[in-house]
Amino acid sequence: MKENKNFGAKLLDYGKSNPIVILLVIVSIIVGLTTKNFFSWNTFNNLVSNTAVRFIIALGVSGCLITKGTDLSAGRQVGLAACLAGILCQRGDYSGKLLPNMPEMNIWIVLLIVVAVGAVIGMVNGLIISRLKVPPFITTLGTQTIVYGLALISTNAQPVGGFQSAYTSFVAGKIGSTNGFQIPYLMIIALLFGIFFWVLYNQMRHGKYMYAIGGNEVAAEVSGVNTKKTITMIYMTAGIMYAVAGWLLAAKSGGSSSAMGQGYELEAIAGCTIGGISTTGGIGTVGGVLVGVLVFELLKIVLQFLGVNPYYNFIVQGIVIITAVALDIRKNLQKK
Amino acid sequence: MSEFVLEMKDVYKAFPGVIALNHVKLQLKPGTVHALMGENGAGKSTLMKCMFGIYTMDEGEIFIDGEKVEIHNPMDALNKGIAMVHQELQPIPARTIGENIYLGRYPLKNYGPIKVVDHDKLYSDAAAVLKEVRMDFDPKMKLGELSISQMQSVEIAKAVSANCRVLILDEPTSSLTQNEVEALFTIVNDLKQRGVAIVYISHKMDEILRISDEVTIMRDGQYIGTWDAKQLTTDFIITKMVGRELTNLYPPRENVPGDVEFEVEDFTSINPKSFRHCSFNVRKGEILGVAGLVGAQRTELMEGIFGIRSKVSGTVRLRGQEMKINQPKDAIDNGVAMLTEDRRGSGILGVLSVADNISIASLNQYLEHGFLLNNKKIEELVQENIRQMNTKTPSSKTPIASLSGGNQQKVLIGRWLANNPDVLILDEPTRGIDVGAKYEIYCIIADLAKQGKSIIMISSEMAELIGMSDRIMVMCDGRITGFIDGKDATQENIMELATQFES
Repeated sequence: MKENKNFGAKLLDYGKSNPIVILLVIVSIIVGLTTKNFFSWNTFNNLVSNTAVRFIIALGVSGCLITKGTDLSAGRQVGLAACLAGILCQRGDYSGKLLPNMPEMNIWIVLLIVVAVGAVIGMVNGLIISRLKVPPFITTLGTQTIVYGLALISTNAQPVGGFQSAYTSFVAGKIGSTNGFQIPYLMIIALLFGIFFWVLYNQMRHGKYMYAIGGNEVAAEVSGVNTKKTITMIYMTAGIMYAVAGWLLAAKSGGSSSAMGQGYELEAIAGCTIGGISTTGGIGTVGGVLVGVLVFELLKIVLQFLGVNPYYNFIVQGIVIITAVALDIRKNLQKK
Repeated sequence: MSEFVLEMKDVYKAFPGVIALNHVKLQLKPGTVHALMGENGAGKSTLMKCMFGIYTMDEGEIFIDGEKVEIHNPMDALNKGIAMVHQELQPIPARTIGENIYLGRYPLKNYGPIKVVDHDKLYSDAAAVLKEVRMDFDPKMKLGELSISQMQSVEIAKAVSANCRVLILDEPTSSLTQNEVEALFTIVNDLKQRGVAIVYISHKMDEILRISDEVTIMRDGQYIGTWDAKQLTTDFIITKMVGRELTNLYPPRENVPGDVEFEVEDFTSINPKSFRHCSFNVRKGEILGVAGLVGAQRTELMEGIFGIRSKVSGTVRLRGQEMKINQPKDAIDNGVAMLTEDRRGSGILGVLSVADNISIASLNQYLEHGFLLNNKKIEELVQENIRQMNTKTPSSKTPIASLSGGNQQKVLIGRWLANNPDVLILDEPTRGIDVGAKYEIYCIIADLAKQGKSIIMISSEMAELIGMSDRIMVMCDGRITGFIDGKDATQENIMELATQFES
């Protein structure tokens, strides 16, 4: 039955269940038509490279949300990864090196180190949540602070700069002309992760188990799902994603500091929620996460074009998050 | 003045895609017990929710004492003297009995200009109300310390305290023991004497025939009729409910028990009040019924075997081979499956599709290259399963939560069918399921036994145990008190073993 619906009807269905996406897209189109330079390659490139890193973070958080958890340590984990990556990727001849005796390191080895650290932090989160049964909200609030402390210690609260050019130029790399259509490497990396997560969520046991835990953890366990292991894996995967994002972010910004990544967890959670991941658990898709993050980044650019004082951005973003969740909850209420 | 305390006329209520109530009526006389009967999905609960203001009727009228009233929410209903004890109790276990009774309408006193809760009055009123429902508890006790049946009495006390004139009891006995049912009936009779009209929803025929004065039967959202309970028989009610004659309550069984397949030895819980030194075995192709009163620890024992609960001692052997079971996964990997008692709490994956619910326990069978799932093969399995179980669902993508209880149960049994275990533990497999679906589930159980599966079936319905079991194991207060051959089993000899308490 459903397959026979034409595109218009499908769009209408989508709009009904994702009103906030439609609303934000319409607002962007209006803003685009009424302001100069909105529809430009520059805006597009901006949007794509901003979305890429946040999409990677949001992918990490998505698993936590689908299993009715959350990860408030996401932003600070990104920050710590950025700091560590920055410290290890400093030029050999850079005078302000934090580790003066360290030789110049291969950036890919640095990526592996950062990912390993992320995996360990994620695993700690997962073990505390699945074994000690501490609510994810509290667990990750705690690790958020711990991770921030680690970032401060590792950088001595100093900004880190002087990166190897191999590092910055890789992350800034792109295919295409300078002023026209470009495909940034960041976008390709993000899409590759997107594809990996799609396979993980749809074609692998881990994904099915994740949705089952989100649907009913006790029932999943009784059905033979190793819930402790699955939950630990979810937070561990998330930690790895934050580490990758941090590694990318430091190079993208050309420098890192312990303040980096602050609040990113909320943006990621907002993106996921706008994209249809239900806070009641068990529902959400990788495509939804992509749309959610994209729309959220679009909103930020729109506000910028409207000349809104950046301070107001926080207020608007907060309202959008709450609206998205409220609409999601309403949707579930009506079904009862 | 009307002869009816409450009358619902011409009630129509539609949900997307389904007409839940199609011009239904209900007339309640004061001081009577009015049974409302029908299969699951017949519209009983919907009708009650309309009366209690949880749902708004699309069409129809409600009259109280012949006067037309509007009920928009449960508060309206309570103010008009209608109270409801829900099928699933919704108490607050961490608060006291008194607070639960007066929840939302605490007596207040003035403390200068500030109104504060009058705890003295609250607890003395609560004590008086508890006495009325023959409960001898300190109202300052935490509600969570009571048993389910006692909590239910508290709910009834709550209704009494509101001076209700109409009391709705939705499946009040589904988790009660015989003694507790008797206690409930005493309370119901007390209320009847006081002129309260009671709407009694239940699937248990013997109870209905015993306690009710009038019976209204519904089918598929339609009003079928109202009869004086004295002229009714079980057969007549079932015929009206199902709309066809049900010749057999239980299917013929062709299973032949073989060698001992599954052995449980000396199972003892870490909780000294729970199961102790339990040993039994099940043979290949045998249906072992497990009888006992509520509190006999039947579920606890089975969950202990299945790795959900902790034990201090106990071994499990499958075909002589000892198994280590620390979590359900271990049991399942060894070919032991369990359908849990609490369908909503530990059975269905609510927001997920029928397909996901069926396949979740057997994904390992569909792995390719060690990590990728063959979704096409899974869908084939699911379709086959739906067909085999005769599950009524619009599609395999439908969320399981939108199916009726009977069909949800078929999906859950289907989950284990797909997993193909050797030993299947079924904990109250037909609880809260209508007569038609029950028969289908009995057929499936009988067929599984015929295929050589060992079935352990816990049930609180004696008739079901006697009708379905090759052998019945009886438990009392955490101990196994005896085994009865299925052919010799009677309600009496089961009850005798079920009440062998240690002195």
